[in-house]
Amino acid sequence: MTGDGQAAADAPTKIAVRELTVHYGSTRALASVSLDVPDRHVTACIGPSGCGKSTFLRCLNRMNDHIRGVRITGRVTIDGEDVYAPSVDPVALRQRVGMVFQKSNPFPKSIFDNVAFGPRIHGERDPVRLRGIVERSLRQSALWEEVSDRLDRSALDLSGGQQQRLCIARALAVEPEVLLMDEPASALDPIATAKIEELIHELKEQYTIVIVTHNMQQAARVSDYTAYFYMGNLVEFGPTERLFTNPSRPETEDYITGRFG
Amino acid sequence: MNHHYLRRRLVERIMFATTVGATAVTLGVLFFLLGYLAWQGATSLSLDFFIHLPAPVGETGGGMANAIVGSGKLLLIAALIGVPVGFMGGVWLAEYGTGWLAGAVRYAADVLNGVPSIVIGVILYAVLVRPFGHFSTLAGGVALGLMMIPVAVRATEEFLRLVPGSLREAALALGAPKWIVIVRVVIPAGMRGIAAGLILALARVAGETAPLLFTALNNRFWSPGWSQPTASLPVMIFTYAIAPYEDWHRQAWAAGLVLLVLVLGANILARAALSRGGSPAAS
Repeated sequence: MTGDGQAAADAPTKIAVRELTVHYGSTRALASVSLDVPDRHVTACIGPSGCGKSTFLRCLNRMNDHIRGVRITGRVTIDGEDVYAPSVDPVALRQRVGMVFQKSNPFPKSIFDNVAFGPRIHGERDPVRLRGIVERSLRQSALWEEVSDRLDRSALDLSGGQQQRLCIARALAVEPEVLLMDEPASALDPIATAKIEELIHELKEQYTIVIVTHNMQQAARVSDYTAYFYMGNLVEFGPTERLFTNPSRPETEDYITGRFG
Repeated sequence: MNHHYLRRRLVERIMFATTVGATAVTLGVLFFLLGYLAWQGATSLSLDFFIHLPAPVGETGGGMANAIVGSGKLLLIAALIGVPVGFMGGVWLAEYGTGWLAGAVRYAADVLNGVPSIVIGVILYAVLVRPFGHFSTLAGGVALGLMMIPVAVRATEEFLRLVPGSLREAALALGAPKWIVIVRVVIPAGMRGIAAGLILALARVAGETAPLLFTALNNRFWSPGWSQPTASLPVMIFTYAIAPYEDWHRQAWAAGLVLLVLVLGANILARAALSRGGSPAAS
C-alpha cells in the first residue's frame, strides 16, 4: 500500500492513475505516481509546497497542457477511458472534470452570467432552462439564499468567500462528474472556510472530488481518502482516518504530526 | 569637512533649481501654446466657421465647414482600416503570438510607427493617386489608416496582456475552447482599455498633415463622395497660416482651436473609459 495507491480504496475507482511522471523543462515535478481515485468520495492531496500535489491535480483535467515545456508520461483513465489518448479533446474532457482554483476567479460579469457561462458555451440557449441551471448550481453551492435577489449584479461585488462559492457553482453548472479543487479555501477566513468544507461534504454525494490542501486539519475533516506527496513522489495513500491515526510510513507520520514541513 | 559640506549643499541647491527650472519651462511652453491658441482661436471663432464654405480669395469671412466634414470622412476611412486591422493584429499578438513570427510582427509594427508620415503620403500618392489621376478622400483616409495600425496593434496587445491569466484558466477549466476564451472572456475584460487605445490612435492621426498633402490635397468646396480631393482641418491650417491674408490667419487659428478641442476631447473620453470600472485586473 505504501507509495502505491492502487486499489487502496474500497469504493469503485473513478480515476486510475498509472506511473504518471511530469517534467517542467528539466525539473521533475511528479515521479511515477500511481493512484486510484474512488468514485463519489473526497480524496485529499497533502504535502509540503512543491511536492507535486497541484501538478497531479492539473494532470487530471489536462490543464498542464497549457504550460510551455511540460512533458507528461504515464496513464490517466477516467471510467477506463484514457485522458491523454490522441482522440480525446481536452476541451470535452474539462466538461467532465471541473476545477476550482486557489484564488477565486469570477469573470467580470454578473453573477448570473458567471454561472451561465459554461452551459452557454456548451450550447444551452433557452433562457428558462438557463435560469433553472443557474438556480440549481447556486443552491448546490449554498449561495442561492445570499444572491437570489441580485443575480444581475457584478460578481466582483461579492465577498471573497461568496466569490469562491460562485466559482464552485460555475463549475457545477457544467454538470461535471469530477470536481478538482486546488486549495479552494486557503485565501478565506475560518467562517467562509467552514462553509466550503460543509459544501464539499454535501457535494460528494454526487461528485468525485479531489482536493489539494495545505491544511492537514482540513484534509482530516473533509476527505475520505488522503494521498501524501513529497518531492514529487506519492509516499502514502489510504483511508484518511487510518492515514492520520496510524500511518504506515514514518515520513507520513513526521509530516502529519508537524515534525517537518 | 565643513568645506565639503558647503560644497555638497551648493551642488544640491543648483541641481534642484535646475530640475525645477526645466519643469517650469516645459509647463510654461505647454500653457503658453494652449493659452495663445485658445485666445487667438476663440477670438476668431464664430458660428460662420462651422457652417460656411471658405470665402473666395480676396473676400473676408466664410468658414471651414467642408474641412470639418472632410476631416470626419478621412477619419472614418482611417478608422475602418486602422481599428479592425489594429485590433485583430493585437489580439493575434497577445493570444497566439509566439516565436519568430510574432517578433517579426512586433518589429514591423514598430518600424511602421517610425516611418515619417510624409513618406506614407508619398507611397499612397504612388499607389492610390497617380494610377487614378486625381487626389481623393479615399487615398487620404487610407494613409491615415495605415498610420493608425501600429499604435492600435500595440495598444490592443498591451491591454489584453493585462487580463489576468486566472480568468483564462477559469474559462479553460469550464471546457471552453481557446477562441471562446478569447472572445467571451479576455476581450470583454480588456475592452475598456482597448477602446481607449483605439480612440487615442485615431486622435493621433487626426492632426496629421503631411500624409494628406499628397493624397487628399485640399478643396475650397464640398467634396462629394470619396474620390475627389477634400479639405481637412490640418491641411487648411497649413494653407491658411502661410497665406498672406490677415483674415486667413485668424481662420487658421480658429481651425487650430477646433482641432485641438477635438483631439483633447478624444483624450478625455479615452481616460474616462479607462478610469470607469477600473482595470481588468481588479478581480
